Amino acid sequence: MNQHETLLSGQHITQRWGGLTALDDVSLEIERGTVHAVIGTNGAGKSTLINILSGELKPTEGQVTLLGNDVTRWSQPRRARGGLGRSYQRNTIYPDFTVSENCRLAAQAQIQRPWVWWNNAQQCQISTTNASNAILQAGLDDVSNSIAGPLSHGQKRQLEVAMCLSTHPQVLLLDEPLAGMGAEETERMLALLEQLKQDHAILLVEHDMDAVFRIADRITVMVNGKVIATDTPANIRSNPDVQTAYLGEH
Amino acid sequence: MDLSVFLIQLLNSLQYGLLLYLVAMGLTLIFGIMGVINLAHGSFYMIGAYMAYALAPLVGGNFFLTLLVGLVLAVILGYLLEWAFFSFLYDREHLQQVLMTYGLILVFEEVRSLLVGDDVYGVSVPDILSGSIALGDVMTYPVYRLFVSAVCLLLALGMYLVFTRTRLGMMIRAGSVNREMVQSLGIDIKFLYRVVFAAGVAIAAFAGMISAPVSSIYPGMGNQVLIICFVVVVIGGIGSIRGAFFAALLIGLVDTFGKVLLPEASGVLVYVLMALILLWKPNGLFKAG
Amino acid sequence: MIYKEKGKTLFVGLFFLALALYPLVGGEYSITLVNKIMIYAILALSLELLVGSTGLVCFGQAAFFGIGAYAAILLSPEDGPASVWFLLPACVVLAATYALFVGALSLRTKGVYFIMVTLAFAQMAYYVVHDTSLGGGSDGIYMYFTPGEETWLDLSNPVILYFFTLLFLVWTFVFLAILLRSHLGRALAGIRINEQRMLASGFSTYPYKLAAFVTSGGIAGMAGFLFAVQDGFVNPEMLSWHLSGALLVMIILGGLGHLHGAMIGAFVFVFLQEFFKSAEIFGDFAEHWHLGLGLTIIISVALLPKGLVGLPELVQKRLFGTQAG
Repeated sequence: MNQHETLLSGQHITQRWGGLTALDDVSLEIERGTVHAVIGTNGAGKSTLINILSGELKPTEGQVTLLGNDVTRWSQPRRARGGLGRSYQRNTIYPDFTVSENCRLAAQAQIQRPWVWWNNAQQCQISTTNASNAILQAGLDDVSNSIAGPLSHGQKRQLEVAMCLSTHPQVLLLDEPLAGMGAEETERMLALLEQLKQDHAILLVEHDMDAVFRIADRITVMVNGKVIATDTPANIRSNPDVQTAYLGEH
Repeated sequence: MDLSVFLIQLLNSLQYGLLLYLVAMGLTLIFGIMGVINLAHGSFYMIGAYMAYALAPLVGGNFFLTLLVGLVLAVILGYLLEWAFFSFLYDREHLQQVLMTYGLILVFEEVRSLLVGDDVYGVSVPDILSGSIALGDVMTYPVYRLFVSAVCLLLALGMYLVFTRTRLGMMIRAGSVNREMVQSLGIDIKFLYRVVFAAGVAIAAFAGMISAPVSSIYPGMGNQVLIICFVVVVIGGIGSIRGAFFAALLIGLVDTFGKVLLPEASGVLVYVLMALILLWKPNGLFKAG
Repeated sequence: MIYKEKGKTLFVGLFFLALALYPLVGGEYSITLVNKIMIYAILALSLELLVGSTGLVCFGQAAFFGIGAYAAILLSPEDGPASVWFLLPACVVLAATYALFVGALSLRTKGVYFIMVTLAFAQMAYYVVHDTSLGGGSDGIYMYFTPGEETWLDLSNPVILYFFTLLFLVWTFVFLAILLRSHLGRALAGIRINEQRMLASGFSTYPYKLAAFVTSGGIAGMAGFLFAVQDGFVNPEMLSWHLSGALLVMIILGGLGHLHGAMIGAFVFVFLQEFFKSAEIFGDFAEHWHLGLGLTIIISVALLPKGLVGLPELVQKRLFGTQAG
């Protein structure tokens, strides 16, 4: 396995809404073994980009490649089954289910069988195994039988990642996994990401700059729908364009 | 079908389509702006038609005076209903709105039954518009139907000007595309809701009143119109007032000519049309935004 | 998961037991009435699968019910009783086929448009039987021979029909309870709560929703068969949107998201209807029973958002100010 092979890439992605250009010729490549952060102010196009990569939106122009396949025309579920996992900015967990059932249901997506109405889903070997592995990896094993709704905010964000992992993705698109977290919770999540990047490619959209510069291997800076720089954290920090356009505001 | 028959059917379908538009527009607006799916909207059409019948003796049989009084009553009814009932529905789920407005239909129908009875009535055409004009050599066309089309068209045009040229219209258009946006603009939402709702009720009732002389008045007439209006909204496209206009005219054409050409299947044709359009464009012909 | 709680299982068990014992005490009229309510309960269960379990608000359930009922009569030979084992599956298949057509198209839309489209397609079926000579037009059509007549399963005998209906009510309940724990059922639950998340996990949700829609239509068709057999007569009003609305009222009155809620809702709704229709209580005003029903619907939706199933919890909260366990 090539440690730095490109798993997900977007080439020349443009998205227009009527007269408004939300993304303008954006290209980026995400490699296995790296955390690739995308930063930018609100409205810079980060969410649009993540939605196009995950397949929720079809771009006006451009191409998305996943594990060597052109997936531009693939639907979101097909991309997800093909190795792409994403988390959302808002919590999308199922509050009435237990932690393990949340993950088991996500894992069940690998078995696309809508006609199976007779089995007991919670005794399904494949999905329960995948779910418990993901729970273990995300460090939620001590609450795996608790109902998800009353968990702490940090645990819910971890669960969100665990649900992604249950589907065996190779690429993770994480939309603000640190939002609203306390210091301790942030540390735990960063440790998790550090561990996950060993065998995943991770795209991270995040507002917590300290965390981004600590963990990211590459950073893409977006302003008004355009990429103004993609580089290592050290180079981004010293890039004059970035400082005037973005970091200078802080 | 010779030319004059064709022309007559064309005029009929125009008139029917325009009436549908008036009712469907209110439905779309109320849904677009307040997020309320109002099953009872067809009842306002029914109430209008019954007002045209029941109010006439009270105002001395003058049709135009009946229209005016009916319109005022409809605005008051809409305003009061919004205040007493619909304002509680905004935060509810669609399912609960459906059920509560379904309950409201049952109430409206029974109140109508208590007040006016369950018979089928007719309203006579006002004298001044009772003539016919010649179409071709042998066919004639009633002036009143032309009057209905003209009034509907004027009303539609008037609404169009309100939508495009006034501040109120801007708020309404913004609201039908994105409700949160209007709320964030600091507009007096309660007032906007009440105005839009009362206007929707008044227009539906008005449509019922002026159509009373050309179609009989019967229990359940409102629900029939309501369901056709759903088809109009689905075909026209989500939140699109322009779409509703063209869809209503299209349905007018299909329904009217269907009755002439395929009388057995006429009731089903508009639904087949809807099925085909859903197959082709699931979001309708004119998706807004 | 759904029926983990012993209390619920006990309640449902006692409920079915009471229904099984009822013919011992009930007269012929009331057996027929309870039989009709059980048919509505099957129908309410079929709708609960869509609305309560999947989150799809279908406003056209009466169409599948009506198609099942019309099929039962139109497919019966005129010169003798039909075989139950042929007729019942045929009704289910026909209703499910129409559900496949309606579902395939309406599931392309979402939310409030789904409500409108299902209503419109039900109305389309209504016009087909109302305007064409296929099923006797607006007058309806009679069944000449009750299926199974002069065999051991003589459905013209009200008591046999009663137990036949009860059997299918229990079957529907158990079938749905099993279905809801399965791969399909869990996916439907996920779709109800957050379809976006399901898509992101890799579920193509459309086939799951369509499976639910067709299953629901088939069960409604079964209820239609039972109804036609009981009454020996069908008319277009069986497909009317009033019935579709009434079914929605039943399941929300009972309590969404609970199979036993749908059954309770069906019973309470029909009792309410009979109450408002009763001339002994309301005299001449009973003619306007829709008024009382309409007001009850409005009040109950406003005051009982969780339905009757949520009533114990609500009472406990009001009385003791605490959440029920």
